[in-house]
Amino acid sequence: MIPELGHFALVLALVLAVVQAVVPMVGASRNRFALMAVGRPAAQGQFFFILVSYVCLTWAFIQSDFSVQLAASNSHSATPLMYKITGVWGNHEGSLLLWAMSLSLWTVAVTVFSRHLPEAFVARVLGVLGWVSVGFLSFLLVTSNPFDRLLPAVGEGRDLNPLLQDPGMIIHPPLLYMGYVGFSVAFAFAIAALLTGRLDAAWARWSRPWTTVAWVFLTAGIAVGSGWAYYELGWGGWWFWDPVENASFMPWLLGTALMHSLAVTEKRGAFRSWTVLLAISAFSLSLLGTFIVRSGVITSVHAFATDPKRGLFILALLVIVIGVSLLLYAWRAPKLGGGGSFSLVSRETSLLGNNVLLSVASASVLLGTMYPLFLDALGMGKISVGPPYFEAVFIPLMTPVVVLMMFGPFLRWKDDDLTAAVRKVAPAFVASVLIGLGTAYAVDHVTWRTVLGLALAAWVVLASLQLLAGRITERAGASMGTRLRSITASWWGMWLAHLGVGVFIIGVTLVGSLDASLDVKMQDGQRAELAGYTFTFRGVQDADGPNYDAARATIDVTRDDRAIATLTPEKRMYLAQGMPMTEASIDIGPFRDVYVSLGEQIEDGTWIVSLYYKPFISWIWLGCTLMGLGGVFAAADRRYRRLAARDATVAANQRVA
Amino acid sequence: MPVERFPKALRALALAALLGATPLAMAQQSVADPGLAPTVAPDPQLESDVMELSHKLRCLVCQNQSIAESNAPLAVDLRNQVREQLASGRSKDDVVDYLVARYGDFVLYEPPFKATTLLLWGGPVLLLVGGAGWLAYRLRRRASEVAAAGHLSEAERQRARELLAGAAQPSSESPESRS
Amino acid sequence: MKAKFLVPLILFIGLAGFLAFGLTLNPREVPSPLIDKPAPNFSLARLDDPARPFALEEMKGQVWLLNVWASWCVACRQEHPLLVQMARQKIVPVVGLNYKEVRGDGAINARGMALEAETAMAIERARRWLTDHGDPYVLSVLDIDGRVGIDFGVYGVPETFLIDTEGRIRYKHIGPITPESLKQVILPKIEEIRRAG
Repeated sequence: MIPELGHFALVLALVLAVVQAVVPMVGASRNRFALMAVGRPAAQGQFFFILVSYVCLTWAFIQSDFSVQLAASNSHSATPLMYKITGVWGNHEGSLLLWAMSLSLWTVAVTVFSRHLPEAFVARVLGVLGWVSVGFLSFLLVTSNPFDRLLPAVGEGRDLNPLLQDPGMIIHPPLLYMGYVGFSVAFAFAIAALLTGRLDAAWARWSRPWTTVAWVFLTAGIAVGSGWAYYELGWGGWWFWDPVENASFMPWLLGTALMHSLAVTEKRGAFRSWTVLLAISAFSLSLLGTFIVRSGVITSVHAFATDPKRGLFILALLVIVIGVSLLLYAWRAPKLGGGGSFSLVSRETSLLGNNVLLSVASASVLLGTMYPLFLDALGMGKISVGPPYFEAVFIPLMTPVVVLMMFGPFLRWKDDDLTAAVRKVAPAFVASVLIGLGTAYAVDHVTWRTVLGLALAAWVVLASLQLLAGRITERAGASMGTRLRSITASWWGMWLAHLGVGVFIIGVTLVGSLDASLDVKMQDGQRAELAGYTFTFRGVQDADGPNYDAARATIDVTRDDRAIATLTPEKRMYLAQGMPMTEASIDIGPFRDVYVSLGEQIEDGTWIVSLYYKPFISWIWLGCTLMGLGGVFAAADRRYRRLAARDATVAANQRVA
Repeated sequence: MPVERFPKALRALALAALLGATPLAMAQQSVADPGLAPTVAPDPQLESDVMELSHKLRCLVCQNQSIAESNAPLAVDLRNQVREQLASGRSKDDVVDYLVARYGDFVLYEPPFKATTLLLWGGPVLLLVGGAGWLAYRLRRRASEVAAAGHLSEAERQRARELLAGAAQPSSESPESRS
Repeated sequence: MKAKFLVPLILFIGLAGFLAFGLTLNPREVPSPLIDKPAPNFSLARLDDPARPFALEEMKGQVWLLNVWASWCVACRQEHPLLVQMARQKIVPVVGLNYKEVRGDGAINARGMALEAETAMAIERARRWLTDHGDPYVLSVLDIDGRVGIDFGVYGVPETFLIDTEGRIRYKHIGPITPESLKQVILPKIEEIRRAG
């Protein structure tokens, strides 16, 4: 009964999505406020029904209702409650439902936080979001009904893929989807603006916080996903340039470009057609990512649920959404004006330069991801494009981005003197190069990669400090408190996010250059040494869980006879799928992780143990956290609210007039 | 040296970076000591070469994993091949050639540079040159357009109209723009 | 509508075309670089007479198939009746390459097993399987450790190689042979080679 209720709620949600897609659009084009007003309640009702549907599905999982096909394939009565709940999205149908729910949640957020916008504009935005929702809900209902029954019911389920039974997987997909799908709002704003032809500074300002928040979610989602890979895969890798990872990384790169491009469009009204194209592209790449994950067209280690038949439906969806948007773009964009003036040496130029570089990087990742498919389709053989290619391409493209990223904020808007600006940053730049060389020499790892990484990181940190110092000393005479308070939240956001990039680079560079590992055969009482740490094996005990059997080793870690940690890596055998898993055990430290994973037992009492020393690896995630935090600061800037109030009066006046 | 507990974060960072190098020398020299666990590989240096190369080779039967990451039987066999051949003194290039001769370019995560991959390797360069060229062209044309159009842009004129209509407050909206 | 604003749309349509075509491709099937190259030479013990090695040259002058199989391979059972039927019709001689009979079987822990014991076990298992399912092979050879399999670029079982009179590999079939693939691809290839020769 409950599953049928969920199915029915999904149908109702689709009906409301159709209403939301059609009625406000018609209202906006005929200037009928009664019709436009339908958008908000339709969107909110749609969210309610999707939520009901989602809860029903979760209920089937929690109750281990194995007459529901999806629960039977992805859950088990002995699965811990948490993984019964998260198992809902550990499969094709459930993850699509989560996708649709994220979209609906974003739409509801638009209905709530858009009171200050002109009604006709909101109506069009909701209409666009409604169309996307219609597409995904019908995809669910037509090809991927999560409530399909399995008759007769099976007695026991097949359990969730053990790889996904991990705390990281509890929050990774929701964050990632909120990020992915969040770009739909910037997309809808862009399409609505193209429809009206009104692409002005106000449009850019409205779009900015939405884009930033979606970007924060995406940043967090990617970071959590890579953290999951780091400890769940058992050997400490954290990024693999897998097609599915690329699918989330490409929208991230374009989203980053979009945030900065929106800034230029807001400030100077410039490069509007470019900004609009970025808004369309960022969301298009999100859709493309969904296609890659869901269709199985590209083999990926993450393709937990793939089906080429469904691929055709989602491809059609892709073609309609992106094709129509780009057609609209080709039709309307030529009419957009140029915007305010700025000289060749200005912050605008530096932002646009980085925009181009980020877009090129994103396009290159797309090229590398799709190239094997191109060749195969043309009958020119099969190749693989993996980490060596992406690193070879990515590092040269990102190096100027990072240099420019820290140089740009030293330039004034509109016009500046290049010689003066260069003179200002030259000491920091020279010092960075020296620090890069010196540190690489000090750690005895002088490779071009290490030198480059350390120099870039030093450049980011030094330039950040110089920026902050400049900002604080700007107001001579005022008290320190006043000086700090005069700095806006969005400035702090920019500063933190850029600093985060530097911290991230430190982590990537040092763990890449200095990590060490050792595989040993250990018996009770034996020790091994790695990177100054001593690992003493204290035997293995049974540590069976609810749905797995496990052997847990105890390993004492000491350094110079001082106890550092006791690590307990596990080797698990998940019973339902008969799948072995390693659970690494990590002592996380600010300057290094000590990482141990348990291999197989080779003879009685002797186990293969893998030891890893990972210097500065947590700086990778610290950097991501700073970036995300920067986004939060930027989105929370007061001026959005202050100007929102102003827009509201403008909108009200327009309506009266 | 207790790197983790050093008080001043910045100094500790520099120190940790300096110290990171010293303990790296693997301390697994004497096999005679019964308290010391033997390494799985008799030759750790060889093993690290094997793994480095294995990370660049694709496991054919896996979804998308290198033969270093996968424990599929074929991945284990190929890893053993890599180990055997490197141990017998063949170079990494030889080993790669050996595998490519049998399984094709598909096993390489770094695609070889040849006619069919010209666009793959040249693409990013082309995109970069194209992007930079387009940007330079647009910026130059803008500069001349704006100079020709006089001082007020469309956005500024719009803004002026709003100001005249009394609908907007004078701009204080961008604290960052202190030009 | 200025042409340059159509560029994104055109690029996207091209991409979508490739994606649509990609849906029809099998990303798991990797073509062999050995096609039209001499088959790698090998010398392996025969299943029927382990003391007698079999070498590739023995098949010189014939068009023949090298079929990679193992008793633990489920998909082999699927194609086996077809091979038996082919043998009865005497279309071409088929040599079996028994691939990792013991250590390839996930159900057996072959680690630490002596090679003689493993070989004896492989012979026993392989012979019994052929007795149970019929023996379509002119002979089978034992590739205990899978090394010859690697030389042939085998990455899964079953795989079948078509080898010509000169000992060159002319075609590789990945996965079980089906009546369709036999009729539409393999038999025409055999005809083609025979006509040319």
